[in-house]
Amino acid sequence: MNETVRLVDTTLRDGSHAMAHQFTEAHVRDTVRALDAAGVSLIEVTHGDGLGGSTFNYGFSLVDERTLIAAAVDEATQARIAVLLLPGLGTVTDLKAAADLGAGAVRIATHCTEADVSIQHFTEARKLGLETVGFLMLAHMSEPEALAKQARIMVDAGCECVYVVDSAGALILEDASERVAALVAEVGEAAQVGYHGHQNLSFGVANSVLAYRAGARQIDGSLVALGAGAGNSPTEVLAAAFERLGIPTGVDKDVLMEAAENVVKPYITRLPVMDRSSIVQGFAGVYSSFLLHAERAAQRYGVPAHEILYRVGERRYVGGQEDMIIDIALQLAAERADG
Amino acid sequence: MSEARAVAAIVGPGNIGTDLLAKLRRSERIDVRYMVGVDPDSDGLARAAKLGIEASAEGVDWLLAQDTLPDLVFEATSAKAHLASAPRYADAGIQAVDLTPAAVGPFTCPVVNLPAQLDAPNLNMITCGGQATIPIVHAVASVTPVPYAEIVASVSSRSAGPGTRANIDEFTETTARGLERVGGAGTGKAIIIINPMEPPMIMRDTVFCAIDPDADRDAVSESVHRMVRDVQAYVPGYTLKADPQFDDPRPDWNGRARVAVFLEVAGNGDYLPTYAGNLDIMTAAAAQVGELLAERIIAGRAVRA
Repeated sequence: MNETVRLVDTTLRDGSHAMAHQFTEAHVRDTVRALDAAGVSLIEVTHGDGLGGSTFNYGFSLVDERTLIAAAVDEATQARIAVLLLPGLGTVTDLKAAADLGAGAVRIATHCTEADVSIQHFTEARKLGLETVGFLMLAHMSEPEALAKQARIMVDAGCECVYVVDSAGALILEDASERVAALVAEVGEAAQVGYHGHQNLSFGVANSVLAYRAGARQIDGSLVALGAGAGNSPTEVLAAAFERLGIPTGVDKDVLMEAAENVVKPYITRLPVMDRSSIVQGFAGVYSSFLLHAERAAQRYGVPAHEILYRVGERRYVGGQEDMIIDIALQLAAERADG
Repeated sequence: MSEARAVAAIVGPGNIGTDLLAKLRRSERIDVRYMVGVDPDSDGLARAAKLGIEASAEGVDWLLAQDTLPDLVFEATSAKAHLASAPRYADAGIQAVDLTPAAVGPFTCPVVNLPAQLDAPNLNMITCGGQATIPIVHAVASVTPVPYAEIVASVSSRSAGPGTRANIDEFTETTARGLERVGGAGTGKAIIIINPMEPPMIMRDTVFCAIDPDADRDAVSESVHRMVRDVQAYVPGYTLKADPQFDDPRPDWNGRARVAVFLEVAGNGDYLPTYAGNLDIMTAAAAQVGELLAERIIAGRAVRA
């Protein structure tokens, strides 16, 4: 008998990027109700960039995330509501407010080499009695052993499940499973390991299966793949694939497919697609949520989005440096003017 | 005849204190006589002693027992240490320039609120991101109201020290308050990003201000350019990467337009590496505060004599 894998849904968090942070309370209520009914046990609801992400740099939320978190908590019967927090952007004050609204878990995300900035937040999260998850973002930028050492820092700080987060959708097959295996070897019984994929190079689901085989026991997905870049591993596909492999998920794939088709797809303003820009993101290793910002800067300054994204990759900018997209667009426009 | 220079002590012989020493030694008004730490094996104390500065690992007790007390003390330790020492400096009549997050005294940004608060017994240097961005918010707010200001500070991983990492909320929250109280924004928001690329990236700061769609954009732009020149007087590596960028209101901007200012802060390379502009702008701003305080102290002596 295969061990169970827990499917975690991030439609209402990573999907916030693809929706330009325009989720309504009705979107959240309808989606949480459907996911809850399908048996998904952890549902993430926050601005795409986490608590406090509603800004000029990342895009303002249509509806205050605290209203959305409260609505999600209200709809969930068995599922726990998780929030995302990026230290340096969100704060312990934001986390306490989310916990007061009934959030039961926090996923604390740092760049893959900077885990020590999360110690403060894990410590406070444990005091608040929250389930704790760590995100090592842009995991392709670190080799497996180095990534495992960063995972250890999070686990020692109180993290119960540490994720290999392929924020750029840049990991291909063994790239993902070797990182997961290194984390499993490092943290042992002290914590679980998870995997968060993006579809920029189309490997989200395949990498997730390999991650499971390497020992990951929590896997992220989004309905209809709604997420940054070319989107996330679709939750409904993950459920179907794991069922075919005889790996229990505890969720009902048919209820998820119904939710994807009739709850989420109707409200999506821009279906996730592997287009030129998102493929470049996967290839050049660019944080997926830069996509819409690059498209907007491309329009504003008359330079191609994929050229902006290639240069972001060359410069090795990390998650959160969306402001540098404008900076690069200005440079590209100046270079064109110089001819 | 009284000493023609103000006597100063640096408490905290780490990277910041050592870089500050290099800057203060160029001053004609400041005589750094003491370097104080708590670790006898400190490299910073050894370096200071080599330069002929009285260096002691016996802490603030030693400093306050000297026959000649300093006029000024620069605190480059930790918030906790400064909270303990600040009342003792005040009792001894020593003005303190605080580079820690203790915030005992008022937030101080040399180009914005000096000389107005030079009388304060204790002046706090806010944060590196604050020193880099508050002048710009102030420059915009002096032309048109800024209901909301947001800054993004990107620093190299190598320049983000253990204190910053252990309490990164302190950076974001203190900087945000600085944008409001000193910069003049209605609401402030601060974001810090730590980037590990090699070779290390030079500090970057981006300032976004919400402004009225009808604000005089030429006047805003001119005010920003002028402010950058003013900051360059004490931080030569403080530069605009592009002219201020104006954007018309978008649906999610609550009817406001936006000005965006892109800055680079290269350090002077005194002791700290040039990429660590975030650390350099703190020591450079503190040295500038020291310069103004020393000028006032020397002038005060002339009056008494």
